[in-house]
Amino acid sequence: MRLIHKIGDWFDLRLQLGTPIRETAGHPVPRETASWFYVFGSAALTCFMLQIVTGILLALIYVPSAGEAWNSLQALNHGISLGWFIRALHGWGSNFMVAIVLIHMVQVFLFGAYKFPRELTWIVGVLLLLVTIGMAFTGQIMRFDQDAYWGLGIGASIVSRVPVIGPWAVNLMLGGPIIAGATLSRFFVLHVFVIPGLLIAFVGLHLLMVLKLGINEWPMPGRIVRRATYMQEYHELTHKQGVPFVPNAVWKDILFSGFILLAIAACAVYFGPFGPGGQPDPTIIQTAPRPDFFFLWLYALLSFLPPSAETPIMLIGPAIGIIVLLALPVFAGEGEKSWKRRPIAVLAILLIAVALGTLTHLGQHTPWSPVMDAWSSEPIPSQYVHGRTALERQGALVFQAKQCHNCHSLDDRVGKRGPALDRVALRRTEDQLIRQVIQGGGNMPDYGKNLSPAEITALVAFLKTLHPATQAPARDASRAIALGASEAVSGR
Amino acid sequence: MSEENGMSRRAMLVKLGIVLNGIVGAALAVPVVRFLLSPVTREWKFGYESWLSLGGLDQFPAGQTRLATYRNPVVNSWDGETGDIACWVRNVDDKTFQVFAINCAHLGCPVRWFPQSSLFMCPCHGGAYYQDGSRASGPPERGLFQYHYKIEDGKLLIRAGEMPTPGQPVANKAGGKTTCA
Repeated sequence: MRLIHKIGDWFDLRLQLGTPIRETAGHPVPRETASWFYVFGSAALTCFMLQIVTGILLALIYVPSAGEAWNSLQALNHGISLGWFIRALHGWGSNFMVAIVLIHMVQVFLFGAYKFPRELTWIVGVLLLLVTIGMAFTGQIMRFDQDAYWGLGIGASIVSRVPVIGPWAVNLMLGGPIIAGATLSRFFVLHVFVIPGLLIAFVGLHLLMVLKLGINEWPMPGRIVRRATYMQEYHELTHKQGVPFVPNAVWKDILFSGFILLAIAACAVYFGPFGPGGQPDPTIIQTAPRPDFFFLWLYALLSFLPPSAETPIMLIGPAIGIIVLLALPVFAGEGEKSWKRRPIAVLAILLIAVALGTLTHLGQHTPWSPVMDAWSSEPIPSQYVHGRTALERQGALVFQAKQCHNCHSLDDRVGKRGPALDRVALRRTEDQLIRQVIQGGGNMPDYGKNLSPAEITALVAFLKTLHPATQAPARDASRAIALGASEAVSGR
Repeated sequence: MSEENGMSRRAMLVKLGIVLNGIVGAALAVPVVRFLLSPVTREWKFGYESWLSLGGLDQFPAGQTRLATYRNPVVNSWDGETGDIACWVRNVDDKTFQVFAINCAHLGCPVRWFPQSSLFMCPCHGGAYYQDGSRASGPPERGLFQYHYKIEDGKLLIRAGEMPTPGQPVANKAGGKTTCA
């Protein structure tokens, strides 16, 4: 023990770090902040450290070359002892990091932590969110498979819509005319050098400000933040009733971080690594590219924007969102901190959560996309062909062969792009069905050029049978009269 | 020499040092920026596109639409499979052709041809196009991108080399010559 003390003293005399570390560790924090609500920031940092360690380990094997990256991922998964586990830790660590950063952000927002004097801490926090998302996006490119390849294509298509400089920005983003080796190299540089550097710098700033300004006190309804008095009030909270950060508050941080690491490891063992999916060969087009979980909401949003408004929304929307987040503490730097007195803040969080959750759910099911193989893999439910006439069954064949099933569901199966057709005969008369098939409309292609009159007759005969047995199909009451009149005119 | 004079002399030297570093920094920034912008400036100088063969005309029967692939003219040895690009070739009547980019005009995903319903469909956001490449439904604002083509010695040649994207002026170049089925 004495030897250890001596060695410790030898180093401390030269480093002079013992006193500042002891002071930092023992700095007083408001009593109520020793809470389980205050553990997410440190957990995010723990995730980041795990990402650094596992990232360095992966870089021992990974080859950032368009021709070899996919093979090196396969080697990691299958060839190198426990390579799959390191990949799984890195992949799950990334998902946990994004999730915890988001939770941390919601918590500090609801606790009013962005108010005076912590405005800049929040602003740096927003930058940390952006670089974390940047890491998640570039990391998904590192897993250089079909999803990564076509994901880059989506990125390039969005970038190309920037007015004036769009096409050049695409060349700059791709490092050339197409998605290829140079593209992977520059995303590797972003993922491994540039963004982590920014992340470390921002984390340092963020932590420094948390230490200098003190952790946000537990918000009490009615305790209003005022610039003139806040510093004095906070000083009293910490120095009169405060507790030392170590050990009173830190044990919860440590326990929670340990729990998160355990959860990441458990997911890594149980679910394994993410991909890689198919080879990044652009001539293999039998693929349905999909982004990682945290970008699914964006993927869904892009399919719902109306074509005319899409480009402005895509380009201006994110900028507005970032500006709102950055400007929040400037415009709401004072006042009530407690979420109990900030109903709009709570509603805003709920609205964003419901919107992102719904879009993510839709992104997982992609109801806007035709089911490419439904026409050949999903039969027509037997109740819709049983006891039908030959013409109607021929119509069912046309329905399959012309791939109507890719977009239209029967019996709640497959295609969700267009409306379900189980009750279409209740909604459309025969003439309306014929018109819809021939002319399309309402986001349906027209099939007039593609179907013979015989096929249309058969198809419509089939569609007319699609109604519940207890309900009569729609009919045009004037049709019989009109037809009768024309028959009368033609003398039949 | 008074202390004030000494101070101003040192302050002057500090300023001189800063100015010198500024000049050297600016001089170094020029090659750095040119290096970074090389993917853009190369396009200004030579362009990325050239005429490529998609193979003999016999591969593309009249009235049909077939997948063709080519090796991009600008590639590096480490590009691997990513240098191979696919496109759709439609032989309208043995004299007129249409060569469509594989990339959906919405966000660049690979469109698939369905001969049964004569539609191109995109797996990403549900864009659909008719056989002549014009927009049928879904989020795309326009029809499929088309390559310029010519026929030489019984071979189909297209002018290609750059991934077509919605904002690109070249992407629209052959779009006006749409032949209707």
